[in-house]
Amino acid sequence: MKKAFRLEGLCCPNCAARIEKAVQALPGVSAASLNFMTAKLTIEGEPEDLTGIAESVAAIVRRIEPDAVVKKA
Amino acid sequence: MNAEKKKLIRIIIAAALFAAGWLAEGTSALVSGILFGLAYLCAAYDVLWTAVRNIVHGDVFDENFLMAVASIGAMCIGLYAEGAAVVLFYQVGELFQARAVAKSRRSITELMDIRPDSANVLRGGVPVTVEPDEVQTGETIVIRPGEKIPLDSTVLSGCSMVDTAALTGESVPREVRAGDLLLSGCINRNGELTARVEKEFGESTASRILDLVENASSKKSRQEAFITRFARWYTPAVVIAAVLLAVLPPLLIPGAVFADWLYRALVFLVISCPCALVISVPLSFFGGIGGASRMGVLVKGGNYLETLARTDTVVFDKTGTLTKGVFRVQQIVPQECSEQELLQIAALAESGSNHPIAVSLREAWGKTPDRSAISGIQEIAGLGVTARVEGKTVCAGNAKLMRREGIPFEENTPAGTAVHIAVDGRYAGYLLIADEPKPDAAGAIRALRRCGIRRTVMLTGDSRPIAEATAAQLGLDEVHAELLPDGKVELVEQLLQTETNGKKLAFVGDGINDAPVLARADLGIAMGGLGSDAAIEAADIVLMTDEPSRLADAILLARRTLRIAKQNIVFALAVKLAVLLLGALGLANMWEAVFADVGVSVLAILNAIRILQVKSSKQRPES
Repeated sequence: MKKAFRLEGLCCPNCAARIEKAVQALPGVSAASLNFMTAKLTIEGEPEDLTGIAESVAAIVRRIEPDAVVKKA
Repeated sequence: MNAEKKKLIRIIIAAALFAAGWLAEGTSALVSGILFGLAYLCAAYDVLWTAVRNIVHGDVFDENFLMAVASIGAMCIGLYAEGAAVVLFYQVGELFQARAVAKSRRSITELMDIRPDSANVLRGGVPVTVEPDEVQTGETIVIRPGEKIPLDSTVLSGCSMVDTAALTGESVPREVRAGDLLLSGCINRNGELTARVEKEFGESTASRILDLVENASSKKSRQEAFITRFARWYTPAVVIAAVLLAVLPPLLIPGAVFADWLYRALVFLVISCPCALVISVPLSFFGGIGGASRMGVLVKGGNYLETLARTDTVVFDKTGTLTKGVFRVQQIVPQECSEQELLQIAALAESGSNHPIAVSLREAWGKTPDRSAISGIQEIAGLGVTARVEGKTVCAGNAKLMRREGIPFEENTPAGTAVHIAVDGRYAGYLLIADEPKPDAAGAIRALRRCGIRRTVMLTGDSRPIAEATAAQLGLDEVHAELLPDGKVELVEQLLQTETNGKKLAFVGDGINDAPVLARADLGIAMGGLGSDAAIEAADIVLMTDEPSRLADAILLARRTLRIAKQNIVFALAVKLAVLLLGALGLANMWEAVFADVGVSVLAILNAIRILQVKSSKQRPES
């Protein structure tokens, strides 16, 4: 299944690349892509593995780009 | 107060403290040092804080960390003013960059402003305003003048003009009435419409197009891939170079002063962030994709934009792509009677048939046949019809029918399908029925040639005379007729082998039965994608309108996009390398380094926005 988030206030493309890499490395995530222009993060994985994904993503974003806020898309 | 405003106020305070420190420099070193220190803390505290947190995570190539090291390093060798200034300028640059990114995001998403906000659905006879995704198929919605059509639906009542510009780039509004299909994302201009919802929000045209364009940037062009790879080793390389620059010369060169080389190393750290590089290229491509969608051209990825720019051979399918795909009476050649009389006899004789030729004859005549005047209609498969019309025996059909009836007839008819008419055994003339080229087809071929397309080819399953006549009329270079669908694939494969020097071949079809060819060509372009799922699925690029002339516009836009992306890469790299070189020689100071870092980003972003600006002014002269 796919889950999408919008990263409001994302303005550093290099950080976007690092966030994408970090999210890809999360357990249970089979694929992740962060579109810098639309600030949209799309995550793919099995539904049961993605239960706590929103918190993990928020933690990664807080660490790499503190100015950005994770919203549901 | 939002984050940007807070940052702006901080920058102003820091700048004021910095200016005060500057003024105090002449009188008291201590006072100015304190003022510079305060300016530094005010401007840099979030950078420092993020840097500390990132070191805990072991992330040494973080830009905050690098900036912190550079500025603290400057302070340590007694350059208080520069340490403070570097961070201050860095913050100003970041603010500019955030602004520029937000602005470009806005202008691109404005181009694709087709997402409907709400739908008025009739529930229990009362219109209720809900989110479009809460409406089910089969429900009835009311669309008021000025509103965006929320879901793909069929008009039940009312009539109005509908503006499809956001989807197709077509500026002339289309008239709709009961029974017509409405596509979501279009704007209802002047009349209230009630309509039955045909597709859920997620399946409707607006969301499918938005999805495509938003996800388009996941298919990266080579330039994007290059810059991402480059950025990955750029920062570590520059940081390592900086460390070496600080340590080696003082050890190896006699008389070298450590503080001197440390300063040069700090210049390196300031420009080690690859942001300008990483931002400008994807932004250019996204701008290109956004600009194309404004023209009614859907591009499904940056890589396809790149292929389009390198295309030098365009292969067209004939029917439905260059021609309208509808048969129409093109010529009426009577022997004795008037054209109108011949047309009437033909239409009446064929009035019982549903053959496309019969339909086109009736359409050309435009009246309702009086059935009582016609009798004894006999269809002869593969030949035509015979019937009694107003007491006379009429034969209408092809050359074979005339031969069978033993009637001498005009054998040299122009390309197309000729319907010969005989009345009471005497030849009365013929009507020529043919598929018509689209009004802009010839112009489209000319425009392609003007923008440097080397070869235009037409493929068709039609007979050779028809194909050659059409090709000559439109000015195509090559024509291949009487092809079966797999013959088209084979031919495209042969043509592909003649492509050299990285030049590409694009195939343009209507997406209905040429999916294999679309897939086989370097670039598959489908026409008239509006409402056709198959075309949108199979193709790399979809021309939303039925106009082949959009192709030349799209090629020019693609080339422009690539040019701007290239400019950005060269510009950003050149400035960074120049500052690195000058920094290593001790000729560049930290101020210049900060400009090289953030200034270049901002300029590259502004350059990328150019892709949109010319386009939108051309598209909307009235606004």
